[in-house]
Amino acid sequence: MKKMQFDGLIIGGGGAGLRAALQLAQSGFETAVISKVFPTRSHTVSAQGGITCAIAAADPNDDWRWHMYDTVKGSDYIGDQDAIEYMCSEGPAAIMELDHMGLPFSRFDNGRIYQRPFGGQSKNYGEGGQAARTCAAEDRTGHALLHTLYQNNVKNATTFFNEWFAVDLVRNARGQVAGVIAIDIESGERIFVQSKATVLATGGAGRIYASTTNAHINTGDGIGMALRAGVPVQDMEMWQFHPTGIYGAGVLVTEGCRGEGGYLVNRTGERFMERYAPNAKDLASRDVVARSMFTEIREGRGCGDQADHLLLKLDHLGEEVLNARLPGIQELAKTFAHADPTREPIPVVPTCHYMMGGIATNVHGQALTQDEAGQDQIVDGLYACGEIACVSVHGANRLGGNSLLDLVVFGRATGLYLQEALADGIALDPPAESDIEAATARLHRLDANPEGESAAELRTAMQKIMQDCFGIFRSGPDMERGRQELQALRERIENVGLADHSNVFNTARIEALEVQNLFETAQATAESATARTESRGAHSREDYPERDDANWLAHSMYWKDGVKDGEKVRRRQVNMLPKQVDTFEPMARTY
Amino acid sequence: MSNPLKVSIYRYNPDTDTEPRMQDYQLDTGGKNLMVLDVLEMLKTQDASLSFRRSCREGVCGSDGINMGGKNGLACVTPIDEVTRRGKLVLRPLPGMPVIRDLVVDLEQFYRQYAKIKPYLINAEKPPQTERLQSPAERARLDGLYECILCACCSTSCPSFWWNPDKFLGPAALLQAYRFIADSRDTATQQRLDALRDPFSVFRCQGIQNCVAVCPKGLNPTKAIGHIRSMLLTR
Ligand SMILES: Cc1cc2nc3c(=O)[nH]c(=O)nc-3n(C[C@H](O)[C@H](O)[C@H](O)COP(=O)(O)OP(=O)(O)OC[C@H]3O[C@@H](n4cnc5c(N)ncnc54)[C@H](O)[C@@H]3O)c2cc1C
Ligand code: SF4
Ligand code: SF4
Ligand code: FES
Repeated sequence: MKKMQFDGLIIGGGGAGLRAALQLAQSGFETAVISKVFPTRSHTVSAQGGITCAIAAADPNDDWRWHMYDTVKGSDYIGDQDAIEYMCSEGPAAIMELDHMGLPFSRFDNGRIYQRPFGGQSKNYGEGGQAARTCAAEDRTGHALLHTLYQNNVKNATTFFNEWFAVDLVRNARGQVAGVIAIDIESGERIFVQSKATVLATGGAGRIYASTTNAHINTGDGIGMALRAGVPVQDMEMWQFHPTGIYGAGVLVTEGCRGEGGYLVNRTGERFMERYAPNAKDLASRDVVARSMFTEIREGRGCGDQADHLLLKLDHLGEEVLNARLPGIQELAKTFAHADPTREPIPVVPTCHYMMGGIATNVHGQALTQDEAGQDQIVDGLYACGEIACVSVHGANRLGGNSLLDLVVFGRATGLYLQEALADGIALDPPAESDIEAATARLHRLDANPEGESAAELRTAMQKIMQDCFGIFRSGPDMERGRQELQALRERIENVGLADHSNVFNTARIEALEVQNLFETAQATAESATARTESRGAHSREDYPERDDANWLAHSMYWKDGVKDGEKVRRRQVNMLPKQVDTFEPMARTY
Repeated sequence: MSNPLKVSIYRYNPDTDTEPRMQDYQLDTGGKNLMVLDVLEMLKTQDASLSFRRSCREGVCGSDGINMGGKNGLACVTPIDEVTRRGKLVLRPLPGMPVIRDLVVDLEQFYRQYAKIKPYLINAEKPPQTERLQSPAERARLDGLYECILCACCSTSCPSFWWNPDKFLGPAALLQAYRFIADSRDTATQQRLDALRDPFSVFRCQGIQNCVAVCPKGLNPTKAIGHIRSMLLTR
């Protein structure tokens, strides 16, 4: 097998990967980015509404501490306060960098970056009413951000291996991560890419559900790779369902629609969020709005023949506002809902959107595990940032616009840390041939298997289980059934068949490898969700309807093969010790 | 199957085929006006060897530019009834580019032309502590330019690009060249124009507007090229 070697290896060319790569490229270390799609095709390109940050353009008195308060509250108190503090306080500098790189933000009349209201935002620690803190480039912020970061990597001559698929991590005898096995999709060639630092920036995994706002390529490859390498994942029960996925298509329309003044109505035309969240109304946190919508549907107040969706009303905003602020939404609504938002409402339904969980890291992007005694341990050689990581700034529920901020702040932080660490010298034991062989086993098995079910069939089966048993409202018995059904699926997934064994641009092989990653992600979700016997943020259980701080003000951590005596899910302490401000103590969460 | 959709797809796998061929499929669409990408995904469950690119399935990532019924566009946002001719949906790779396999073309040349125009903001001055201020009117000049998704539908429908893919920059790259010229925060206009002054980079555009006709984002490269041209001619 061909071998290559780099100082830093970044797997993923989305916002997080590109921001980290930029830092390393500028530092002069030999850096490579591997991405299974050309970077600007990464899912970050789909982000619409904006990037939340207290840059004090809409309100000169805005304060990152208020943003921090909102984020901690939004997380239902299991976001790590040291990380949230880091993100909110470093954020403004990261946004200014993006402007200096050329990101075409929308503008206020005074020339500053335009900011719009988003859900869960407040002034003065919840006392001063709705804030407008989400920096936007119309409703194409992710596109603008991803292209800007790619362009600056072009400027800095970053080395890209585009349309390369990372298969599995290579670990040496000491358990250090020493690189990755990759396939060059175009030729089918396999390569061992060795590196002193391997950064997972592989994004989310929304495709574990049947209905999702996520791109086809969001298949949790990083989760699969980490779990197979013995690295645990954290808070995997926490999946965000976005209130406004277009009914039937799953395509998102941004929360910015409600930020600009749109609102949801039920079949009687009632603006029902006024009942559920009297203050924030349609701009309550996403978990709250999604549950309210689901309750409306369950109680028979949904719209349409099947009474199974709700309507997002925008026409009252007028064509001028819609054209200036939400042009992309109009395009999407016309294409996927056959509705012209300047005249009619858009049919919407809560749809799987974002993975709050992921690989636990510290603020430098270093991957963490726990030893048998329950102490945090750094996984040498492995780093993570972006949606795949759980640093954790989102806890049990992410606030809109906080993901893009997470990408650039922690992409940058990971790059900065690596730059220093590489300068000081990183010593990793080189892997033995047998270590490389071990990481290729999955690929060999697939290649040797002419039978087995198709990836498409297995994916559909898994998605159905997840949709039915691990949706917005969960219950013990349903989840137990889902868990067992998943367990029964495992062998079939491991035996996935490959009908086409050719080399050149064989997407069937890639899809087979992806479905195995989706499955690991789904099972991590199922096990963690069953273990958490409470309701918090996005995890809402009918058999345990209350938040249980005495037992569960904690992260969950899941190991594929158990950590000790087969124990698969454990608790991990939440960081409650910010450095510059006092701890935000858990309170009842109302909007 | 009641009234199945007839689909004909360009197939070529260098591992096994010496020549490209057209392969016919039939698909029960359930009478729905699916998007072309849905059709491809359904066919892939019948025939796993069929290869195409896709990612976002909502027209923003630019992965699935292909030729449908003779016209370039994005498979994920093109309803089949728009491109089905005489009862048949004919799908081919983007024209003029080397085919890697089936509907997947090699875009290296396209990306190289993009990189050539220095697709990033250049500003010689030290950045301020905050953002570089830009009025809404200045910012509005970037509309219709920055939204490009690099799908290559335009450049691969442009005869001038087919004949001179290495010397003529093509509509996509030129649209981006103008995007940076138009940015009030960029200070390299003169340098950018000088790099475009040769007889090929810009001046090979014949103004046929194929690019405008196919752009799935409704952008107008010809107009941007016109602006660059007149700046070159007046300076
Ligand atoms: C429709 C939509 C709208 C959104 N809008 C907003 C918003 O307005 N504001 C906000 O803050 N957040 C928003 N989000 C969330 C946010 O966009 C994502 O969380 C974020 O973009 C993820 O970025 P990332 O860099 O972690 O991963 P991605 O952008 O998903 O990139 C992942 C990268 O990893 C690569 N990769 C993955 N697996 C492999 C592999 N096996 N081998 C090689 N490469 C691999 C991919 O090629 C890709 O380059 C939105 C999400 C969706 C779905
Ligand atoms: S107008 Fe110019 S760039 Fe556009 S297709 Fe015609 S020749 Fe090509
Ligand atoms: S200008 Fe339009 S057609 Fe050309 S690459 Fe950009 S989005 Fe595609
Ligand atoms: S799949 Fe992204 S543009 Fe069609």
